[in-house]
Amino acid sequence: MQTVQNERKPEIDPARASGIPSIVLSDVFKFFGDVAAVNGISLDVRQGEFLTLLGPSGCGKTTTLRMIGGFELPSAGEILIEGQVMGDRPPYRRPVNTVFQNYALFPHMTVAQNVSYGLEMSGVPKMERKQRVADALAMVRLPQVEGRKPAALSGGQQQRVALARALVNRPSVLLLDEPLGALDLKLRKAMQLELKQLNREVGATFVYVTHDQEEALTMSDRIAVMSEGRILQLGTPGEIYERPRTRFVADFIGQTNFLEVDVVAADGTAIAVDLPGSGSLHTRIPDAGQPQGRMTLAVRPEKISLRKDVPESEMPGMNELSGRLEEVVYVGTHTQYLLRLPGGQIITVQRQNRAVGESEYFVGETPTVVFSPLSAALLAD
Amino acid sequence: MAIAAAVQASSLKGAGRLNLGPLGLLAAPMAWMSFFYLAPLALLLVHAFWSVDYLTIDRTFTLANIQTVIDNPLYRTVLVRTFLIAAAVTLTDIVLAFPIAFYIAKRVTRHRELLLMLVVFPLWSSYLVRAFAWKTILGTNGILNSFLLTTGIVNEPVSAFLYSKTGMYITFCQVWLPFMILPLFTILDRMPSSLLEAASDLGGNWWQTFRRIILPLSLPGLLAGSLSVFSLTMGDYITPSLIGGSPGTELIGGIIADQFGIANNWPLGAALILPVLAIVSVFLLLANRAGALGRGEPG
Repeated sequence: MQTVQNERKPEIDPARASGIPSIVLSDVFKFFGDVAAVNGISLDVRQGEFLTLLGPSGCGKTTTLRMIGGFELPSAGEILIEGQVMGDRPPYRRPVNTVFQNYALFPHMTVAQNVSYGLEMSGVPKMERKQRVADALAMVRLPQVEGRKPAALSGGQQQRVALARALVNRPSVLLLDEPLGALDLKLRKAMQLELKQLNREVGATFVYVTHDQEEALTMSDRIAVMSEGRILQLGTPGEIYERPRTRFVADFIGQTNFLEVDVVAADGTAIAVDLPGSGSLHTRIPDAGQPQGRMTLAVRPEKISLRKDVPESEMPGMNELSGRLEEVVYVGTHTQYLLRLPGGQIITVQRQNRAVGESEYFVGETPTVVFSPLSAALLAD
Repeated sequence: MAIAAAVQASSLKGAGRLNLGPLGLLAAPMAWMSFFYLAPLALLLVHAFWSVDYLTIDRTFTLANIQTVIDNPLYRTVLVRTFLIAAAVTLTDIVLAFPIAFYIAKRVTRHRELLLMLVVFPLWSSYLVRAFAWKTILGTNGILNSFLLTTGIVNEPVSAFLYSKTGMYITFCQVWLPFMILPLFTILDRMPSSLLEAASDLGGNWWQTFRRIILPLSLPGLLAGSLSVFSLTMGDYITPSLIGGSPGTELIGGIIADQFGIANNWPLGAALILPVLAIVSVFLLLANRAGALGRGEPG
């Protein structure tokens, strides 16, 4: 593992040192017939970054990845990798390698032959090939399977071979198309961490495609949330989760309560809204746009707490609602409480199951629902 | 004793419901094949060790026919000629079928069924009709010669097309082509496109991708197709009689057919079948070892 790291260092090229983006997409479109699979994407991916394209199926994330890889050509717009315009360059003439969804290992070749294939095609001498194949397999923690055929390996092992086969070529950019989709949950979690470590270790830019929001939050430096061929929001996992800009983003990432509210008053620091049936609430000012009229208030379930018989004066500035507890769902690490508000809306509250002896709530009770104005986001759509 | 009881118990458990197992399922087709195919074939081959006495078959064991087949240089020449033509036709059909099969399997999305049907379409007409059609194409006043004359490529009709080895070769290549395209298409169709993309991602030109990835993975389909084309040519006697038919164009199939027909020498005909059967069997064995039959998955 160490040798691989050492070998890589001198290969850091001037582009990397000068700080230009690893990948630049500018106004990229892709049409299949009349359908716009990618509908105008502009994006800078930083050197060595782990960037995830996240979205539901059909949002254009895989098409975007395939255009970076050279498997599809943009209908319009430009793609630059390491400062160079890619144009219609075929995949093998790009400083990019891909880990495919179903690994796409060559079934008639051994693991070593698979990993060595790219080196062989680019004319690396045999002795060096052997060393680099061994290093790559060690890097993905898969020694001692060189002589086996892919079919004799487990899904997780095949996944590692696919990674080794791509990384052995020392690409500037590694593209990963839902590579963990076929693995079971435990293995996925382990591979998520390993991928993150590999990203740091080899220094290549990783562009990762997934529809799994948890996977995206766990691994990414930044996430681009996509829908209908566009990027809705680009940011760190924290930004995406804590400050979603649209209802789609808030809904797609994690769990969220959406409440229809009417904006009553707005000043520079806070906004007062009216929740039908419950009265006045306060919320932070949104990142963009002028709040007015009917809007959606989004509050994460874990940002809300329940209180019994607390005098109002004890919690100045907090939003308080009264609700009737209708359902209690025990989920192991936490418990979910579903409450009906006076206006008929359902609000979900999530509480960590920390210790025994905490106050318990039962169906039919009417505890107070409390959340900070800072935890509430006003969304335009 | 305990084991015997257990076996009996387990076999009793199966009783009462229809639980045939592989042998039971195969019983009917096996019986059919044995009775209508293997038995007549065996009967035919037994003739090789009998002799003909004017119009009756003398059923005393003799190796005279085998001796004739080995000794007569004509038969050897014809066998070699047949083998060479069959090999040439097989190789040509591989070269012709690969691009067609690859194109339909991997490049066409919309009209695949239509194109496949066009491949199969000629098989709907009788083979005899197709061979005869080639006669009108290849003849001195045929379509091919008219075309060559009109375009000025030749000044007078080429007579070498019909009643020649060239003519037979052309005809065989065309009439057996679907038998090569179909198995190749099947295997290329099942080959995940991501493998080709991975190859393209890892570098190498199209020839390297073909040689290292596509060809080895389509070997089962290639061998299955070759087996069909090769054995069909080895045993054919219609094309030689329609398109061949001049001295030096006899193929072994025609000679065998003659022995069962006008020559009325079934024992010699049966003896001539043996080398053909041997050649095809060797090919079959080689193909089987390479995995053309049985498990169909690539690799």
